[in-house]
Amino acid sequence: MKTFKPLSVALVGLFAVGFASSASAEAITVVSWGGAYTKSQINAYHKPWEAKTGNKVNSEDYNGGLAEVRAQVEAGNVTWDAVDVELSDAIRGCDEGILEPLPLDELPAGADGSKAADDFIGGTLTECAVGEIVWSTVFAFDKTKMKKTPTSIKDLFDTKNFPGKRGLRKTPRVNLEWALMADGVATADVYKVLSTPEGVNRAFAKLDTIKGEVIWWEAGAQPPQMLADGEVVISSAYNGRLFNAIMVEKKPFDIVWDGQVWDIDLWVVPKGSKNFKTTWDFIKFSTDTQRLADQAKFISYGPVRKSSFPKVQKKMQPHMPTAPVNFKNPLQNDYEFWADNGDELTERFNAWLAG
Amino acid sequence: MAVVSDGAGMLRTADGVPLKQALARATRVNKIKAFLLVAPLLVFILITFIVPILDMMTRSVSSPEVVDALPKTIAELVKWDGTDLPPEAAFAAMAAEMSDKKNKFYLGKAAARLNFQKSGFRSLFNKSQRKIKRVKQGPFKDAFAKIDKRWAQSATWNIIRNASGRYTDVHYLNAIDMNRDPAGEIAAQPKIKRIYVTLFERTIYVSFGVTILCLILAYPISYLLATLPLKTSNLLMILVLLPFWTSLLVRTTAWIVLLQANGVLNDLFVFFGIVNDENRIRMIYNMTGSLIAMTHILMPFMVLPLYSVMKTISPTYMRAARSLGANPFTAFVRVYMPQTVPGIGAGSILVFILAIGYYITPALVGGQSGQLISNLIEYHMKKSLNWGLAAALGGLLLIGILVLYWLYNRIVGIDKMKFG
Amino acid sequence: MGETPEPFVRFKDVQKTYDGEILVVKNLNLDIAPGEFLTMLGPSGSGKTTCLMMLAGFETPTNGQILLGGNELNTVPPHKRGIGMVFQNYALFPHMSVAENLAFPLEVRRMSQADAAAKVKRALDMVELGEFGARRPAQLSGGQQQRVALARALVFEPDLVLMDEPLGALDKNLREQMQYEIKHIHENLGMTVVYVTHDQSEALTMSDRIAVFNDGVIQQLARPADLYERPENAFVAQFIGENNKLIGKVDQVDGDTCVVDVDGYKIRALNVAHEGVGSSTTLSLRPERVSLAPSDGEVPNNFDAKVLELIYLGDHIRCRVSVCGDDEFIVKVPNASGHATINEGDDVRVGWTAEDCRALDVWQG
Repeated sequence: MKTFKPLSVALVGLFAVGFASSASAEAITVVSWGGAYTKSQINAYHKPWEAKTGNKVNSEDYNGGLAEVRAQVEAGNVTWDAVDVELSDAIRGCDEGILEPLPLDELPAGADGSKAADDFIGGTLTECAVGEIVWSTVFAFDKTKMKKTPTSIKDLFDTKNFPGKRGLRKTPRVNLEWALMADGVATADVYKVLSTPEGVNRAFAKLDTIKGEVIWWEAGAQPPQMLADGEVVISSAYNGRLFNAIMVEKKPFDIVWDGQVWDIDLWVVPKGSKNFKTTWDFIKFSTDTQRLADQAKFISYGPVRKSSFPKVQKKMQPHMPTAPVNFKNPLQNDYEFWADNGDELTERFNAWLAG
Repeated sequence: MAVVSDGAGMLRTADGVPLKQALARATRVNKIKAFLLVAPLLVFILITFIVPILDMMTRSVSSPEVVDALPKTIAELVKWDGTDLPPEAAFAAMAAEMSDKKNKFYLGKAAARLNFQKSGFRSLFNKSQRKIKRVKQGPFKDAFAKIDKRWAQSATWNIIRNASGRYTDVHYLNAIDMNRDPAGEIAAQPKIKRIYVTLFERTIYVSFGVTILCLILAYPISYLLATLPLKTSNLLMILVLLPFWTSLLVRTTAWIVLLQANGVLNDLFVFFGIVNDENRIRMIYNMTGSLIAMTHILMPFMVLPLYSVMKTISPTYMRAARSLGANPFTAFVRVYMPQTVPGIGAGSILVFILAIGYYITPALVGGQSGQLISNLIEYHMKKSLNWGLAAALGGLLLIGILVLYWLYNRIVGIDKMKFG
Repeated sequence: MGETPEPFVRFKDVQKTYDGEILVVKNLNLDIAPGEFLTMLGPSGSGKTTCLMMLAGFETPTNGQILLGGNELNTVPPHKRGIGMVFQNYALFPHMSVAENLAFPLEVRRMSQADAAAKVKRALDMVELGEFGARRPAQLSGGQQQRVALARALVFEPDLVLMDEPLGALDKNLREQMQYEIKHIHENLGMTVVYVTHDQSEALTMSDRIAVFNDGVIQQLARPADLYERPENAFVAQFIGENNKLIGKVDQVDGDTCVVDVDGYKIRALNVAHEGVGSSTTLSLRPERVSLAPSDGEVPNNFDAKVLELIYLGDHIRCRVSVCGDDEFIVKVPNASGHATINEGDDVRVGWTAEDCRALDVWQG
């Protein structure tokens, strides 16, 4: 039996190590939108956090929406820990109780010492969600195919001076806002007008004027491709995708920032996450001043912390939605309006499309 | 075992056991063995197919959200006659239930459910929850009216009352462009919101078109496959199956590259002067695109059953017909084609059913006129989270397909169907 | 019989190849008289079916002509040839009833419905299936299907009917019964029949003449009795009926007969197809023409033999003996009353006439 002793000791040791490491190092599943965006998060958040804590991040992709989260919560089998969602979904999921409320006062102060609550831009902290980035829906055109240069949102709806097919996202969001802005409604009044039945009719009437010229897109990758193929000459798109097409793929596109509709992406935790403490640690880490500034190295989405702005690389600054030169006539997506009216307006929008 | 017949005419084995019983005992073990063999598949189908379908079907008629969140309020509302405003007791119950912190989860679901019925309920509930907590005593009727004037309208309360049943027909009504008005009567949706009937019609008509196109194109291919020498037909079969092994998205994207305004096909047309550069043909982001891409993708489902049936039709039938005096055309129409009917039936039903459920391809190449009902089901499953309506739309599709299947059985006979 | 001045069907120098390398049919010349029942008999791959298919129009001759009633057929499509055909697996249309199957050739000839119905009824009555018109082919037995196929090939009254191994799928009793039926129908209607089979007894039973095919060539064209009793080469002798085969060298030739040396034994045989003194030859001898214990001088060939095996077959006894150095020599002993009892291991004498022993060519089958 003596010969067995060293072996069994070694085995026990191995088990002990195994338990110890599994006790201290945890794996969490972080879900985001894929592509260049997830890559920027892996570089700016996941890798440094893994290095710091020894924990592991499993990155998964999804296509937005709360369907999977709801299904997991209802089935009582939550496998996702942190999910990158749009603001309206963050609010809605919180209202429906399928997201964990977050202890926001534990968020670290900004690098300049300002309290977290003051450091985050207004509206980017909510009961169940912590903001990360500001992104924008803008429109862009192909410089080689346009005789005149569009400068304002009105030009998107002007098929006489700017002929050609247009690309728009197949959703009422942004499109209805833009239709009103192009019809002469002041940016500040857009949601007020849209809250009235007359306003909605007015927006659809304006969309009617270009309906025949529109090619509708659904995935973020489509509009830069459609512009590149010459399928459309002008199209709405996410500013990060356009940045990629213009700066990386050197496409002859130009962005019109007038009337940009900006929105934020936030971290949420599905109700019943098994790794809540670790996940919350990850969220706190990934939304500190440095990490948010780092992310802007990789993609042209703006940080939601004010203290991160000065740390963003100089060469990236002009591409940020929040850069002063771009932020002249912005409209913040009104999540409350869309949480209330999204169902009905989408229904009407779909009926309008099919009609 | 010797068989003995007793006086009553019952056959018994030599041991006196009734013959039937002995037989049952002897076959039982085999039956159990056979069942154990299929049990894994049975369980698999039950879990992955039957249960989800039943679950979705249940969702299409159930609406427990409101009554789960506001049981006491509903109890009061049921007593109310529906005119003017509900009694103070209802307001008080609502205030108590909204202030209950543990109830938040259910209130959120109820608000979402009511918001499908009438926009604004979501924010109305949120606002009211926040504010009513601070009101310590009644009358709550005035307190609610102060929070939002909608609480002072009987329509608001009617909507809540109408949505209070555990079971509802509202999803099915919505799915056929109907609704209940505040008084609870069934009425057509306003014109600007009608969409599902149009899309159902379009879906059926597109699926039918795709089926016909597949049949017309697949018939000669299958005939070639079945009659060519093995070496050539194998090559052809690989060509038919090749798209089968390619990802759906890749195939769809390939069609975009081919068909778009500046795509390969249009470039060729311009090059050969068939159309001029300004009038390139629109073949994608419309119905044409949907039809072409879906026909291509579903073609193998038509070719395979046709091929498998044609393969079994001996060439002697055609020879016999020719020798009996029929010219090649008559021989084909009178003798060959009727024998391929089982394949035509199987292929058509397969393609039609698959086409009816297609959504990725129409979403990518269909544009606004190529949207099908499945796109809306996907929207309600993934985006609006109105699973009840999604389930009702799916339920109607399921019923439609079952009717089709029944008709097919009546006209052609399911037993005649051959998938290969 | 084959010397009719005006043949009904004529194959003239017909050759056929599928791959350009091997001739499946080598230079075929064949005349068929009107009303004749001609059988093409041969093993599979002998070219008989190809000939039938060329006649029906489903294959085209690579070279040569096929004439029907004096008209060249080569370019006439099958449906205009007016030839009835019965296929091996009947080829009844499964989606049509029996009556519809029969009406088909009449419909495509645009015959009026009343006439067609009458003809269908007559044809069905002829094959004794008058009650089965409404049934589907799948509801009939094999023999009934076969009769329907026959009726369908005859209902439009063709002058020529081709049959491609039509009885191949039936069991033995039914096959024999059908053979007689087909023969009787042929006798009653008097059409010309070209029949393909690999079954020699079928051919012998039914035919006016038989063309024995092998290797793409007609080996012998003769009436059944001639074929059996006077085979002209070793292949035919071997293929038709049972045959004792002794291989030897021609020693001397005297007029109609010759002496052949088989393993040292001198056998007198009839000259048929050997190549003269010193050439090898196959002696062909039917087992029933061998007599046991012939008296001396009764036959020129008279040898010692040893009984190796006896098989009792009811009407006769098959007796395998060793004679002239051949252990596979068969003698058929009729089971007539008072025949000699023989036992295995007995020494006997066997004998046969020179006329029954035919000296043929050498065939390595």
